[in-house]
Amino acid sequence: MSLAPETFDELREIAARYPQARSGLLPMLHLVQSVEGRVTPEGIQACADVLGLTPAEVSGVATFYTMYKRHPVGKHHVGVCTNTLCAVMGGDEIFACLREKLEVGNDETTADGSITLEHIECNAACDYAPVVMVNWEFFDNQTPESALQLVEDLREGREVVASRGARITSWREAERVLAGFEDGLVDEGPASGEASQAGLRLAKDNDWKAPEA
Amino acid sequence: MTDTLTPVLTANWADERAWTLSAYAATGGYEALDIALGMAPEDVQTAVKDSGLRGRGGAGFPTGVKWGFLPPADPENPKPRYLVVNADESEPGTCKDIPLMMASPHTLVEGVIISSYAIRAERAFIYVRGEVLHVIRRLQAAVREAYEAGHLGTNIHGSGYDLELVVHAGAGAYICGEETALLDSLEGRRGQPRLRPPFPAVAGLYASPTVINNAESIASVPAIVKNGASWFAGMGTEKSAGVGIFSLSGHVKKPGQYEAPLGITLRKLIELAGGVREGHELKFWTPGGSSTPLFTQEHLDVPLDFEGVAAAGSMLGTRALQIFDDSVCVVRAVLRWTEFYKHESCGKCTPCREGTWWLVQVLERLEKGDGKPEDLDLLLDQCDNILGRSFCALGDGATSPITSSIKYFRDEYLAHLEQGGCPFDPAASTAWAESK
Ligand SMILES: Cc1cc2nc3c(=O)[nH]c(=O)nc-3n(C[C@H](O)[C@H](O)[C@H](O)COP(=O)(O)O)c2cc1C
Ligand code: SF4
Ligand code: FES
Repeated sequence: MSLAPETFDELREIAARYPQARSGLLPMLHLVQSVEGRVTPEGIQACADVLGLTPAEVSGVATFYTMYKRHPVGKHHVGVCTNTLCAVMGGDEIFACLREKLEVGNDETTADGSITLEHIECNAACDYAPVVMVNWEFFDNQTPESALQLVEDLREGREVVASRGARITSWREAERVLAGFEDGLVDEGPASGEASQAGLRLAKDNDWKAPEA
Repeated sequence: MTDTLTPVLTANWADERAWTLSAYAATGGYEALDIALGMAPEDVQTAVKDSGLRGRGGAGFPTGVKWGFLPPADPENPKPRYLVVNADESEPGTCKDIPLMMASPHTLVEGVIISSYAIRAERAFIYVRGEVLHVIRRLQAAVREAYEAGHLGTNIHGSGYDLELVVHAGAGAYICGEETALLDSLEGRRGQPRLRPPFPAVAGLYASPTVINNAESIASVPAIVKNGASWFAGMGTEKSAGVGIFSLSGHVKKPGQYEAPLGITLRKLIELAGGVREGHELKFWTPGGSSTPLFTQEHLDVPLDFEGVAAAGSMLGTRALQIFDDSVCVVRAVLRWTEFYKHESCGKCTPCREGTWWLVQVLERLEKGDGKPEDLDLLLDQCDNILGRSFCALGDGATSPITSSIKYFRDEYLAHLEQGGCPFDPAASTAWAESK
């Protein structure tokens, strides 16, 4: 099935943000994922049509980036950081627990379609290790117990709120934001977490400051 | 005399709704923009040059000098100029730009406007890695608010200067942090590095003159314009001026972001972070991310500035201080980083594409205790064939953890062979392990 006309309009809208339309391709593929649940052949064709490229050219780009998925993604995407620092701090154990609990391998989706589990690379939150991402929202300082609870809550459809971020929506809704369409959740969550403020708090307590200009 | 910690970029991170325009403006936000717009663009460039600011994305190239490489405007053949912010932050251990953009996106947006004005760019882009949803929300909202307030768009603050700014989300590829790969990615292609020259300053985005800078570099510009070049240059060391965010992670009591003058030592930073985990000792650490050669206890007093770290055999990089205590197996750590480089190798050049694959093979068997002592020399030989022979610095970086760990911990590699496996208990290094 070809994509809906509204989606074509939005794809064109993305391309129009740039001096050269092709620059829109990455966000356009994010939009395809939000509409289709993955990068489908129809989505590739749509991007190709809008940009005047061949499907092969679009496909060549889509396959380069790990966030683009060829198989259907679950309602939620759960990423466990297993790059060295998080791995050592317990990310490996968390990933093993979740795999067993969800009965899936890496980059696979649970039978009920609720969760796709993936081990991910350093997500720039090492000071909160071990880190788990749900639909690319931060869940800091995880343990096997907290991560198991997290996936259970997600499967049961309970409200889940990120450590530094908003209440969890779905992977598809997240992909729409990555395509450049705001979702109104920007004001949820804190400005920063405790570790981000570690030096700042110390400086305040000791009255340390940069010199006056 | 500068104090131990000097919050500048981090100063407002704990403020109520710090990410909003009103909170940012309440602490003097966008005042620097007015100052800059009252100056000639060249004078803003000179101020940044005189401040001694060096790139915060890893290589430490002087920012003002880089801006000066843009070719003079050619009235015969006017080409647009672009500013591209590198907010891809994916080097393992690096975690400063992301909290900055989450807490205070307007600091970066103001930096973008001033820097674009200084280089006379009419369009700018923030290329942010895709895997940080809430940070992207905050950037999008900050840009929208800045347009609404007239800080972006046409005739900014009545100055006659126009600027368009787009927030662009990546899609998961470490290599897109490499500046020329980033430009290809921003053009809607696979993110593979370009041959240099031509450098981006001459032929960058859409083959037009382009400045590409790290997010922290650009975010430093408003404070420099507001407080003056000599204020910034007065902090840090002679050749590594100013303050920078030091990111401590791993086995310290209080991991987190510590903003300090360049030249501070890890000894001091660990003390500020409450020390290494109870009952353990520092074993090894990265000064600037996983691509910078490992340091050990003997490097605790190395001044963390560009010169000091280089003289001690590593690189300041992104000040990504990952701290590993004596519970951690260095072979396991290095294997995991090497798997990362193999996964992230873009495949363009043979030494890196094939080499990282082979490195993983050899390290895997060493870690399992199946290897031979000669494998260590084989690894060093393979590294020798990658370092300096790769098309970009990803390949070079892949060799850093290996060569440095063999230099400092050869015996630990051999212990895996003697014991037929890893002598460490991975449970002992976790965040929830009981202290000894
Ligand atoms: C593999 C690789 C990844 C990189 N990743 C980043 C990154 O995520 N952010 C960044 O600012 N620079 C990164 N760099 C460095 C950039 O190529 C470039 O030097 C930097 O953006 C220049 O900005 P600066 O002068 O302000 O530091 C990376 C380099 C390489 C080789
Ligand atoms: S060194 Fe690696 S990442 Fe860089 S161009 Fe070669 S294959 Fe690509
Ligand atoms: S290693 Fe996990 S966030 Fe950096």
